[in-house]
Amino acid sequence: MKLEFKIIANLLEENTRILDVGCDDGTLMEFLKKNKNVDIRGIEISKKKVQVCISKGLTVLEGNAEFDLKQFPENSFDYVILGQTLQAFVNPEIVIKELLRVGKKAIVTIPNFGHWKVRLNLLTKGTMPVTKTLPNDWYNTPNIHMCTIKDFVKFSKTINFKIYKSLALMNKNVSNINNSNLSFKNLFAELGIFLIEK
Amino acid sequence: MNVKENIKTLIVNKPLKLDCGQTINEFPLAYETYGSLNKDKNNAILVFHALTGDQFVTGKNPITNKDGWWSYAVGPNKSIDTNKYFVICANVIGGCMGSFGPSHKNPKTNKSYGTDFPVITINDIVNAQINLLDHFGIRKLFSVVGGSMGGMQVLQFVSNFPDKTKTAVPIACTASHSAQNIAFNELGRQAITADHNWSEGEYSSNNTIPDKGLAVARMAAHITYLSKKGLQEKFGRKLQERDDLKFGFDADFQIESYLRYQGSVFVDRFDANSYLYITRAMDYFDLAKQFKGNLSNAFIKTNAKFFVVSFTSDWLYPTQENKDIVIALNAIGANVGFVEIESDKGHDSFLLDVPDFLSALKNFLDQSYKE
Repeated sequence: MKLEFKIIANLLEENTRILDVGCDDGTLMEFLKKNKNVDIRGIEISKKKVQVCISKGLTVLEGNAEFDLKQFPENSFDYVILGQTLQAFVNPEIVIKELLRVGKKAIVTIPNFGHWKVRLNLLTKGTMPVTKTLPNDWYNTPNIHMCTIKDFVKFSKTINFKIYKSLALMNKNVSNINNSNLSFKNLFAELGIFLIEK
Repeated sequence: MNVKENIKTLIVNKPLKLDCGQTINEFPLAYETYGSLNKDKNNAILVFHALTGDQFVTGKNPITNKDGWWSYAVGPNKSIDTNKYFVICANVIGGCMGSFGPSHKNPKTNKSYGTDFPVITINDIVNAQINLLDHFGIRKLFSVVGGSMGGMQVLQFVSNFPDKTKTAVPIACTASHSAQNIAFNELGRQAITADHNWSEGEYSSNNTIPDKGLAVARMAAHITYLSKKGLQEKFGRKLQERDDLKFGFDADFQIESYLRYQGSVFVDRFDANSYLYITRAMDYFDLAKQFKGNLSNAFIKTNAKFFVVSFTSDWLYPTQENKDIVIALNAIGANVGFVEIESDKGHDSFLLDVPDFLSALKNFLDQSYKE
């Protein structure tokens, strides 16, 4: 997933303050720290992973983004990054709103549930899709709110935020998503990467 | 041998105006150091001790002949690595290990100060210790670290001297003593003052000590340092050197015997009046109040990098109170990391062998030192 990190890095301007929400073991934070002149913090729910981040010298808070973003004032960060975790929240709507309150901009990446392999998996097997990117069974998956790229675009209109830039990652290639190719990208992209604003 | 020979003491010549209004002059501040100060004088860590601690952080305490109170965390190659860092720790003023305290002789009366000693605060305690930086010629510490009351001193230190430390590690503490905290301290103080031997604090003139009261104070406090689960696992209902209940008030249960032991060893090393004064200082601690109710303002002038640590089973200074510090820091965009460590050992976790804590502390310090 190095490519996803590179795409994220390219979306960020230098000399900015960044919050990585659900920063996991800090791999992205480390990558950005090394490759960009940015001031980056992380928030992570797992104690173990917070420990790993600390051992890498990263500034990370143990916390749950659904509740703990509240502590940050408006526009505390230039960018807030949410990498492949939107689908794991009980209330993605609140999370998106919080991201855009705390950050001037947000970068949200989503594993695309509209990908043809997922669709085929459900169509042929008739059971909840288990793929390389979605390895869990329905009953133990942390991904309780899966969505497609199309869903996310629709979501932006429903809850009223701007998609500033949308990129599709397919077969290690990056391409722009626009109105005319949306259905195509929704079928073939493994990952959607969105730069959003209020 | 005079035990005082083993105590390094700085006589502070600068007058110190206390929060109570009084000013103290030429007072002794006892301290100990570990490791060595490097040429650039940028590897110093000021460690703050908790209520009943002292300056003897690690190694053998020369007065009690026991291990230092933070031997798990401080020493060569440990979390606070004395091969790398120069560790300084002072006995708090009001204490009884050489620093200016109620057991010192009042030159006016030629008797111990007792309750004539001024009531001190965490702010006073920290303001006394800043003199150690001048003494060693340190312009900026690498870190200030402390747990419990030591953590309160960390917060107060950064607030008072925002540019005097690069990093700050408040552990298992609070920015404001809660009603429950005050209640437990009051219980301890009442136990001491109810002891007939206390004699309005003038026990030293009578050559007695309020040992019963002080022991009860320690026993009550000791319970608050442990978790219910920890106590249950360690003692349960196990009986003390007997096969059955004795139908009396002797220590039937191991937990009773354990607490009695804790009380009895404590009175040999701690002064009852110091216990009154230091618990009072903790109760008066309310950093938010010092900044008109806005805790964030306490930290607004500092660029220090913070690392806040709490423990799951600590009910004396629970995670939420530690998180309130984190929230106040985040509200002003301060550089703060936070972790809650899983442990059954209660508030005392920070003093014990809790590997997750010890490694987190080490990692934070060593990584920050490289920056």
